[in-house]
Order: sequence, then C-alpha cells, then structure tokens
Amino acid sequence: MTDQTGSGRGISIALTGSGGAGVMTAGGMLLQAAAKAGFYGLQTRSVGPQIRGGEAAALLRMSNSPVEIHRGGFDILFALDWSNFSRFAAEIQLDETSVVIFDPDGGAVPDIVSTATKNLVELPVKQMAADIAGGRMNMIALGILAGAIGLSRETVIGLISDKLSAKGEAVLEASRACLDAGYAQASAVTSVPKLESTQAGDDVPRWLITGNEAAALGAVRGGIKFAAAYPITPATEILEWLAPALSSVGGNLVQAEDELASINMIIGASYGGVPSITATSGPGLALMTESIGLAIAAEIPVVVVDVMRGGPSTGIPTKSEQSDLNIALYGLHGDAPHLVVAPLSVADCLFTTQWAVHLAEAVQGPAIVLSDQYLGQTQMIIDKPAEVAFFAARNRVDKVDTDYTRYAVTADGVSPMAIPGMAGAQYTADGLAHSVSGTPSSAAADHHAQLAKRKRKIEGHTYGDHWAEIEGEGDVVILTWGSSTAPVKEAAALARTKGIHVKTVCVRLLAPLRVAALEAEIAGARQILVIEQNDSAQFYRYLRGHIDLPHYTKAFHHPGPLMLGVDEIYEEITREHRL
Amino acid sequence: MNISNPAKASDFKSDLKPVWCPGCGDYHVLLSMTKALAELECRPEEVAVISGIGCSSRIPAYLNCYGFHGVHGRSLPLGTGLKVARPDMTVIVAGGDGDGFSIGGNHFLHACRRNIDLTYIVMDNRVYGMTKGQPSPTTEPDWDSALSPGGTGLSPFHPLVIALASGANFVARAFSGDIKGTSNMIVEAVRHPGFSFVEILSPCVTFRPEQREWKSAIHPPTVEPTDDPARAARRIMTDDGFNVGILYRGTRRPYRIGDGVASREVGDLDTAFAI
Repeated sequence: MTDQTGSGRGISIALTGSGGAGVMTAGGMLLQAAAKAGFYGLQTRSVGPQIRGGEAAALLRMSNSPVEIHRGGFDILFALDWSNFSRFAAEIQLDETSVVIFDPDGGAVPDIVSTATKNLVELPVKQMAADIAGGRMNMIALGILAGAIGLSRETVIGLISDKLSAKGEAVLEASRACLDAGYAQASAVTSVPKLESTQAGDDVPRWLITGNEAAALGAVRGGIKFAAAYPITPATEILEWLAPALSSVGGNLVQAEDELASINMIIGASYGGVPSITATSGPGLALMTESIGLAIAAEIPVVVVDVMRGGPSTGIPTKSEQSDLNIALYGLHGDAPHLVVAPLSVADCLFTTQWAVHLAEAVQGPAIVLSDQYLGQTQMIIDKPAEVAFFAARNRVDKVDTDYTRYAVTADGVSPMAIPGMAGAQYTADGLAHSVSGTPSSAAADHHAQLAKRKRKIEGHTYGDHWAEIEGEGDVVILTWGSSTAPVKEAAALARTKGIHVKTVCVRLLAPLRVAALEAEIAGARQILVIEQNDSAQFYRYLRGHIDLPHYTKAFHHPGPLMLGVDEIYEEITREHRL
Repeated sequence: MNISNPAKASDFKSDLKPVWCPGCGDYHVLLSMTKALAELECRPEEVAVISGIGCSSRIPAYLNCYGFHGVHGRSLPLGTGLKVARPDMTVIVAGGDGDGFSIGGNHFLHACRRNIDLTYIVMDNRVYGMTKGQPSPTTEPDWDSALSPGGTGLSPFHPLVIALASGANFVARAFSGDIKGTSNMIVEAVRHPGFSFVEILSPCVTFRPEQREWKSAIHPPTVEPTDDPARAARRIMTDDGFNVGILYRGTRRPYRIGDGVASREVGDLDTAFAI
C-alpha cells in the first residue's frame, strides 16, 4: 500500500462474515486490545439490514497516533466466509500488497479479490473451531489477527477474561483455546505491518467511545434530565445510553409511541423547566418538524439529535450520508429561525451536543444536532476530551411582577420564562401567533414584534469561536461540515506536505450562519472548495444563498453510502496546481 | 390577580373572552373545570391544562393556571412529558373529538396503556367546528356535510370502548349541561391514580343544532361503577351513548416516574469509556 501520510497510517483490517458470525464482536475486541496496548484506532461497521444471516464487516484501522477515518485500501482482509462479499466490495479496497486470509471451506475466492492481490493465506478456521469444545471461528480469527499485527497474547487474554468472565469458565476456556490456536497460526500471515511504538503517553487518558455515546454524554453533562425516545437506526444507541444514565442522575426517559409523541413529550417536559432531548434520524426528523415549529413559536428549549443516514424515505438506514441539511435548515413552515449545529468528529459529538443544550436553553428554542451514522456508530480510541463549561442556564423569572408577560419584547429577544409552579406567573404557552402575554393574536404588530424578537435572540447570541474549527493558513480554502471534516483535514495535511497552503474551515454552527466570519475566512482565497457528502450540494447552495462566494468556488460532493475519500479530496485540491 | 386561600372557582377563570359561539357546550365545561379545581383545593400555579387545536382546545387560556396550547393532536404527549418531568403538577389534558381521536388517535391509545397519572377531558361534539363543520371520528355515519356528502358511511369511533380496551384506569362520561355532575366527575378523575378519561358530551349548536336535544336524551347509569374491566366492557357494548356517569375505576399501577433522586454524579458517567 502506498504510504502517503507517513507513520500515522497504521494498519487497516477488514473482518467479514455472515451476520451473526460475530465479526463485530471480534473486531471490537481487537480494537479494545489495541487500546489496552496503548494504540489509537477506530472500527466502523458495514452491515446489511438483516439481524441474523445477512452480511457484516468490521472495518478497523489502528495506528500509533490518532486516526478518524479509513485511509485507502486494507492491509488485511479476513473473510470467515464469502457470502454476500460482493455487497462490501466497494467499501473494502484491496491492492497487490493486501493480504487475504480465508478458509478454503468457505467457498471460492471471489474474482474481485483474486484479481486484486495474490497474497492469499488459506487457514482452516472452521476446522480449528470445530476441534475446540465450544470453539468459535470469530475468536480464532481474533487470535490470528492479533498475533499477525503484533499485539501480545497477554493483552488479548486479559481483555477476553474481563469481557467474558460473566459467561462462565467454560466459555472463557473455549475462547482462550481459540485465541491460542489463532496465535499459533499467526506466523502464516507474513508481510503485514505491525503495531509498534505508540505516541500515546501514559499521562494522556484515552477513551474508547462512539459518537452516539459521546453525544449522549454531552447531553447529560449539559444538564439534560428528560428524554423521549422512539427507536430508529442509527440513533438508537443515544437513547439506550440515556435510559439508565438519566435514571441514575435523577432524570427520566420515556419510550414514545412515535416521533410525533417524542418531540412533544420533550417540549412538555421543557415547558416544565426540565432540559430535554430526543434523538432520531431523517424519517423521524421529518415527522417532528411541525412540532419543532411549535417549540420556536412557544419559545421552548429542546435538543433534537438527527443521526443522518441515506435518504430520502427509508433510504439506507445503516449507512451514512449528510443529506438532511436541507430539512434541518428549511424543513419548518413559516419564518422559523432556529439553531442547527453539526459535530465535526466522534469526540466532538460530546462538545457539540453539550453546546447545543447550552445554546437551546440560552435562546429558549430548538437546536438540531446533525450527527450521522459514521460519527454515531464508529467506535474510536480518542484522547479524553477536555471538559467544557457549557451548561443549561435558562433565563427564568425570579420574581413575579403584577402583570407577567411571557413573551415580553426584550433587547436581546430572550424573555424571562416562568416555570410552572411559580405563583402569580401563570400563562399559556401558545403555538398560535400571540401578543406579549401569550394571548392569541393575528394582529400584524404582534406578529411582527414576535418574529423580530425570535430572530434577534438567535442572530444576536454570542457564539464565540466555536462556530467553526479552522486550521492552517493559505490561499486554498476548504469549507466543510460534519463528518466530512476528517477526510478534508487528512487531505489538507497531505497537500501541505506538497507545499500547497491550505486552510480548512469546518463549520459547526450551521444556523445561524456566521456570515461575516466566513467571509473573513475566505477573503483573498485563490481557490475555494466546498466539500460534503450528499448528491445535491446542500451546504454549497446554502452558502451561496448567504455569502457572495467567488465565481470560481467549486463544490465537491457525492452521496453516501461511500464516505468521501482522502484521495479524491486531495485530487480536487491539487487539480488546479497541476494545470 | 389576588387568589383567595383556598382558591375559589372564580380564581381559576382568566379575563380572556372565549372565541366560542353563543350556546356552545364548552362554556359549561369551562365552568365545571373551575369548580372542580376549587373543590380539589388546587392552587392555580400547581395546575397545568394542556391542549391541541380546535374550538375546545382554546380552553387553557380561559383558565387562570399554567397552560399550553400546542399543535393539532399532540396534547397527550405534551402533557405526558410535563407530568413525567414535573410529577408535582396536576396535569389536565383537554381537547375535542377530532384532535383526540383522529389526528391524535395513536397518542390516545398509548396514553391509556401508559397510565400516567393525568386526566384527559374530551369535549365531544361529533364535529370539526373550527374548520366549519366536517365529520369527526365520532360523527354519525349518515350526517351530511360538504366534505362527505351523504355522510361518511363509517362506524363512529367509540371513545369509552377504546379507552377501556387500551388500559385507561378511569373511564367516565359526562354531559356539559350538567355542571354539577361534570364538575364532580372531573374531581373524581383527577383524584383517581393513573390515566383518567372523561368524555364530556358538549353540544355544537352552530353546526349540529340537533344536539340541543342531547339534554333530554341524557340519562343516569343504571349500574354502579365497576373495577372489573370485563363487566365494564359488557355494559359499554350495550351503551346508547347518552348514559352519563363513571363506568370504570381500575386499580392498575400508574406509570412509574423516577423519584428525582440521583444515585450517581454526572461527572462519574464517563468512567465506562476509560481504557
């Protein structure tokens, strides 16, 4: 494999098999073993919709320095069997240096594999598992892979003992035997990279976490005490993490009957003074949009995390796409200013969700967090994120005037909110256009005054430097958002090694757009690229609507399920320089 | 506004003039609610009335208590979220038959089975009034209208049957014109643990003038309330729709809401991620 970024590239492994064969479990254990041994890495999953009997691929990259995406081809493909392998072929790039490990009993090697590489290692994995009482192929594979890339047997055995101790001695013993059998065969796998000295020092605590877990943790750190939940792929893990977590910190999670209910439950809870959240994906967000408008009109803070997947309609539930930007920005009827933020990495799911809680509470309105399947379900070894001081701090009424007006027109647009239970401040929150007191009103003056204050509180809030992550200086400027940040940053780093001066502007605060700050960042740029993972260049068109982008600004984008690749972004950056 | 202690019925009335037509049954429901809240010795700040969209859903603003006038059909989820987050509040969800049984029908089923301790009042006039006279789920099949000429031909939705079958813990019917009886029923519904459902027949004299005759059709129940769902089901299947009173008082445990006590610090939640 051509090494374009130096020592940080690490090792990439694809472990595939039929759904239910345990490839995700084995992949997860391999990643955890690498974590224990001091390395960085990530595991993404590629699965079909079937619960059992479909296809599954655990895709890992491990390195001695932090990595956020897959990079180019795979060093090792380990196929427990070849069933439905063709469905992954586009995601598992192989070349002449790739090593393929497979069981000759698992069927013929697909042409797409045998034409890519001649490094084929046959190991009788099925028979090896059969020779061990309670043996499982995925544990044998774990032993082979761990041994081949240089992870110590002690590390893996220690991990297995922790993970499987609850399953009893027999299971543990079988797993140990499988690992040993695998380790014994590892020497058959030659000419693959090894995991050697790591940059991670003992002084930097590291976490193993998914973006969905990070988002949920950020929510609770921000002060969320209530969630309503309707399951949907790929957002469900947020809700499943929140259920016990909220209970343990004195909050509640209610499983709703549908997304129409979940959005309204969190609006009701937040009206009661309790910071509230729900998480969903595109189809759920579509159902929620009417009531997100209610939260705007009634001025109720709520956070809605949309873990995006391929769309429209049911789309591709298990795969990532950044194609809900339009509905998040424009999906509401009426003039409905609201917050839209997007985490820029797995780790940033924590910060951005916590920030969203803080912002929603500060401006008393809804915040949509645009995560996606890649960020949400990728399991990653990261340095422990710094704690931040963004908490829910709602402007509440502390004493009651004789005539409390819930929707008083204030300088910053935020009206002090009475919380039910406070005597003398009773009011009716309303989705109808209303006067300052909340009384329904169709008068032009009331409508205009309330629209203006709701816009003012969003536009006028101080967002600080968090609106974007900006790196580098130069006359080549790349604008991107969300999970496209990682390949953009890696491509930019590559371009800088070739002497190209690249600045990356990765936008976290999508609405309200920081127009002046963005214009300042692109001022003087000779080349501007707008990069995102969707078919219709939604971010590019949004920027065009707000910013006088130079005519040579170029959109580079394609839909999911394939992630934007470092190489194709690098191609775009360098194209003009080759002319 | 100075509130007497305990609060009187008039203390629960706001200064806002209702949008309702003269003769609308909902005026009487409003009066019954203020009397019931006084009877319950509630304080205005301890009560929240939550509604959706429609004529009857305007009721929160006409009361002096906390209120939320949300979107069409979603009053029960709003009330559910509020009650779970704030179990100290007395939550009453109110609205009409279109709001509750058509666009909000799924929430009605699940609110019944969830059995959260709140009271749901449906002012049933068998018509969409705010949009000027279309058939609702409880409208008779042969009722003629511009939207469904000659009638819908559909069997009416039977709210009490559905509530009972879905697990509501208290099921009753009242008639708006009987203010004392309606008020008493609301008191009982609020006091009963779990999800209490009260259908209040509340005439729409504008689009269903024939409903003026409801007052002579109403009759008391011939049997006492029961806590046996099977007996309640047999009675309800032979109901003529004008039998007012409490049908069913169940003993099902209300939805379990967390006690609000933290067993661990937020700062400890990240330990699971440490390598």
